[in-house]
Amino acid sequence: MWVSQLALTDFRSYPDVFVDLGPGVTTFVGRNGQGKTNLVEAIGYVATLGSHRVATDAPLVRFGTEQAFIRCTVESHDRQTLVEIAILAGRANQARINRSVAARVRDVLGILRIVVFAPEDLSLVKGDPADRRAFLDGLLVQRVPRLAGTRADLERILRQRNALLKSARAARRSDVEHLDSTLQIWNEQLATAGAELIAARQSLLSDLQGPAVANYAYVAQDEQAVLALTYQSSLTGALGEQVPVGSSSRDDWRQALLDAMAHVRRDELDRGVTLVGPHRDDVLLELGPVPAKGYASHGESWSIALALRLASFDVLRADGEDPVLILDDVFAELDSARRQRLAQRLQEATQVLITAAVDADIPDELLGSRFRVDAGKVSHDR
Amino acid sequence: MYEGVVQDLIDELGRLPGVGPKSAQRIAFHILAADPTDVLRLADALREVKEKVRFCSICGNVAEEPECRICRDPRRDHSVLCVVEEPKDVVAIEKTREFKGRYHVLGGAISPIEGIGPDDLRIRELMVRLADSGIVEVILATDPNLEGEATATYLARLIAPIGIAVSRLASGLPVGGDLEYADEVTLGRAFEGRRRV
Repeated sequence: MWVSQLALTDFRSYPDVFVDLGPGVTTFVGRNGQGKTNLVEAIGYVATLGSHRVATDAPLVRFGTEQAFIRCTVESHDRQTLVEIAILAGRANQARINRSVAARVRDVLGILRIVVFAPEDLSLVKGDPADRRAFLDGLLVQRVPRLAGTRADLERILRQRNALLKSARAARRSDVEHLDSTLQIWNEQLATAGAELIAARQSLLSDLQGPAVANYAYVAQDEQAVLALTYQSSLTGALGEQVPVGSSSRDDWRQALLDAMAHVRRDELDRGVTLVGPHRDDVLLELGPVPAKGYASHGESWSIALALRLASFDVLRADGEDPVLILDDVFAELDSARRQRLAQRLQEATQVLITAAVDADIPDELLGSRFRVDAGKVSHDR
Repeated sequence: MYEGVVQDLIDELGRLPGVGPKSAQRIAFHILAADPTDVLRLADALREVKEKVRFCSICGNVAEEPECRICRDPRRDHSVLCVVEEPKDVVAIEKTREFKGRYHVLGGAISPIEGIGPDDLRIRELMVRLADSGIVEVILATDPNLEGEATATYLARLIAPIGIAVSRLASGLPVGGDLEYADEVTLGRAFEGRRRV
């Protein structure tokens, strides 16, 4: 699949811009702060309804204006889909698909699939568990858009459950038993939604494992060190050996979540927060016998991050069509050997969009269509 | 800002649900321009609704008498009880003319974020009703969202030991709609709740 047209109105720094894109490699070159990343960020927004740079929508709307528009034409299996999204800071966004209004903005998910490589990817290795959960869930939602709903439900269930736990903490001891019966209801809701997400993460992780190993060996040119991905469940502390490690059965996880919640009940009541569930899980990355976090060198960490992104590409590709690859200022971070090998792999993709500050950052293999980005103007460069 | 009373009216209207500052202003000027008798009729209706309407002592629905129209109606089936969140849900179900039993209005759904627990709903009254009248089935018709489902599950647990049949409204496809436009969750639920034909 590939993006053939992108038009932005009042998005980030652009009052108005239109770009025609083709399959193959396209690069956007320009000095910092000229608006290169804003272009690929908009494409990312169409695919994920979020930005890889900021958590809220407000900064996406051009300063001083009320709403931003993204219009994006996606070519897939000889079919064109026009996706239009209005980002209204502070209010619910609106979307149209092929000119007809989408009942929910969420319906846009699944039309465009992307894999983004960015300098922030280093946090996949060095960052908090939240960064690795975001990586897994972002990929999951692209594969199964329905899970976006599950994640939203889960967030709400956690808020309700935490509110209940907090009120239980404030209540007198005699009331606690009474609160238990209500807590039971939220436990079940958390177990059902949580099990669905955990099971989906597990099956994604097992699909990622093979490609991750192969890509690491390729990027690092190191056949010895094997990259291993292991799901680290927050239930382990409560259940020990009884955690259905590696299982992608919803029923197993549902029961395990219920057992774990029963086990940590006292702690949860004391602290007033939910201590077990998918919101506290992590993915352990190991190189051979040692954990990557804290032990891997800077170069090794980059190889792992690239391997995870390339593995995402392979997994999405295995579903039938190439996702669009976006490389946001990544080449400047890599040494020449890693650059070359990444460039080699990128050539197989249907469409690759690259941003860079200077031409010299981009490997020669990735010639292709070049755009200059200067002060919010995007011009074709031959 | 307008002169005192006009601004007061706009502010009061603006507090109503679904009415923003612009709409409040429009309604206020409509009232200013309208015939005095029309406006007084509105004012009377507002006063009367607060003076006369109370909540039915049996089901919790809005009523002008101590008991509501439905609870007083001898033709209604006394063996089936439909549990809803709000009085407006009663109206919605009444429109179907499918349901001949009686209602019980909870006054909301369990939502710890808003500080609403089982004690804040009319659940104790429900259990009293179930204990001494000839009810054989309870239909849980709370909203099909997280809070509504939580409330329904809670009630189902509570009622099950008494030996009264409990059912939950089905979730599924809208009538007259196209399958392709249903979202995945609804379609998934429709599959779960499918029936033999």
